[in-house]
Amino acid sequence: MAGIDVTGLSTVYPNGVRAVDALDLRVTDGELFALLGPSGCGKTTLLRTIAGLEPPATGTVAIGSRDVTALPPGRRGVAMVFQDYALFPHMTVAENIAYPLRVRRAPKERQREAAADVARGLSLSALLDRRPGQLSGGQQQRAALGRAVAAGADVLLLDEPLSNLDARLRLEARTFLKRLQHDLALTTVFVTHDQAEALALADRIAVMEAGRIRQLGTPREVFQRPGDTFVANFIGSTPMNLVDGRVRDGRVECAGARLPCPPGLAEGTPVVVGVRPEYLSVADDGITGRVAAVENLGVSSLVTLDCPDGTLISLTVPEQDEPALGRSLTVTAAPGRLLFYDAQDGRLLDG
Amino acid sequence: MTPGWVVRRIGFSVLVAVVLAFFAVPMLWLAGAPFDARPGFGLRWPEWTLSNVHATLRHPFALRSLVNSLVLCLVATAVTTAFAALAAYALSRVRIPGRDALLYLLLLLSSVVTGTAAMVPLFVLMLQLGLIDSRFGTALAIAGGMLPAAIFILKDFVDAVPRSYEESARVFGASPRQVLGHVVLPIARPGIATILVWSFVNAWGNFLLPFLLLRDVGKQPAAVLMRTLQDEGGSADLTVIPVFSLLYSIPVVVLYLVVSKRYGFRFHGGIKS
Repeated sequence: MAGIDVTGLSTVYPNGVRAVDALDLRVTDGELFALLGPSGCGKTTLLRTIAGLEPPATGTVAIGSRDVTALPPGRRGVAMVFQDYALFPHMTVAENIAYPLRVRRAPKERQREAAADVARGLSLSALLDRRPGQLSGGQQQRAALGRAVAAGADVLLLDEPLSNLDARLRLEARTFLKRLQHDLALTTVFVTHDQAEALALADRIAVMEAGRIRQLGTPREVFQRPGDTFVANFIGSTPMNLVDGRVRDGRVECAGARLPCPPGLAEGTPVVVGVRPEYLSVADDGITGRVAAVENLGVSSLVTLDCPDGTLISLTVPEQDEPALGRSLTVTAAPGRLLFYDAQDGRLLDG
Repeated sequence: MTPGWVVRRIGFSVLVAVVLAFFAVPMLWLAGAPFDARPGFGLRWPEWTLSNVHATLRHPFALRSLVNSLVLCLVATAVTTAFAALAAYALSRVRIPGRDALLYLLLLLSSVVTGTAAMVPLFVLMLQLGLIDSRFGTALAIAGGMLPAAIFILKDFVDAVPRSYEESARVFGASPRQVLGHVVLPIARPGIATILVWSFVNAWGNFLLPFLLLRDVGKQPAAVLMRTLQDEGGSADLTVIPVFSLLYSIPVVVLYLVVSKRYGFRFHGGIKS
């Protein structure tokens, strides 16, 4: 058991691309940690650098209290599950799971026991003699997890663990993964581009962009108080409303409404007002607009309002309260859910 | 069923029959002539006898040349396959500037190096190395000629092995040798089987190099001996040649059957895409 300490880490590819840029990160012992970001943000490179598959240009990686920056992947005490699982096609499931022991030249008997042990925990016992090609996607994923668990490493690294499963199976695998990680209490870092997956699985999330961490926090913090407009845009299955506004007479004017202003903002400051569609509800006073579109999301509906000045505001309403198209609607944000961002650098203005 | 259609069908059948006969006649000769009391160059129903077989087995060099062929081919095939596998893996994974140009150049030169154009320099080289009349030396020369093409073919197979397999093995602590032995070679097995068969068949049928480099009749392989199978009058010895040809063709057929049965050219899958 061990945490991971990444200090001042940069990884530069031979073509000059800085995939990871002077990054500091601390993953505590036993944590399920998500690296989240759009494709090309460097999250997979960071994972591979922790695994030792990419050499860092500068900075250090420590696992436990041991500096592993100069060690090859096999001696870092990490196990990794690749996006394509990389199960060896010429070996059975049992041989695949026991492979980490075979590398260490453990006796055949011991390899078989370990494979049977791990397979029991992952309900793979009936499949031990199959080859990976004869398994379904979910079974392949469990076999790959089994192989990583059998390695007995301190740290488990998962590259896009759910991306190769179909939508239905993904939910099942997500629950399974969370339970497995909880049972093993193994420090786990996983990479994903799916914000819903990160929110559902992780204890803490690092949102990355262009090789840097934009925000680090629990799923709740990241969802409720995105640190900047990039994170606000990226997190949430319905995008956050981000509307330009300006401070005037102690209130913020935006979308034809006058909203309460956080203290300490000078007159005339341009700001971006952010509020999640889920935190808006119909009220007597607030932002008013005409209903332009209603999208059914199942248990709720996403309503888009066309405000007088042309901005579009969306909110979710319960399934029985859908307004008629063209109707005028006034909405207000739940207390404390209105966020203000600096219009220049997009940072959250604490209020 | 227009007249034109009928004519086309008849024309097509005749063409197929002619092509078939062209390939079948030598095969039928090989099946019949060895057991014919009076073998000739023509194709006819044999007067069954085993006397030709006895004559061939008594021939001073016939069986020994087949053994020579086997030794030559096994050494050349082993050297080619082993070196090609290592070189293909290295060339596939290490980035060297001008790597592809190097490969094409090798491929181009290989057809010259062991070909007719390099006959004299190769002979002189082997003479100075003292490798004339050495079966081992000849096998090396044959292997050298086959290596570039073998590397070229095998590199394509190794290129197709996903890197995540190797990275996965490395994360579990496998040394480079273990990565090669546990993962890369087994997955590239269809390619290695291909090279094995290809190089054996090539070496088995190679005439020019052993003819040049092996002057002693007792060391010559079957492909070279075939040409010297004459009776006292100087015409082809038809009691020995048919049986010898039959024996000569057996190993290649057996090799194909064994390899396709044991190492079948198949891939199990295991990367989810």
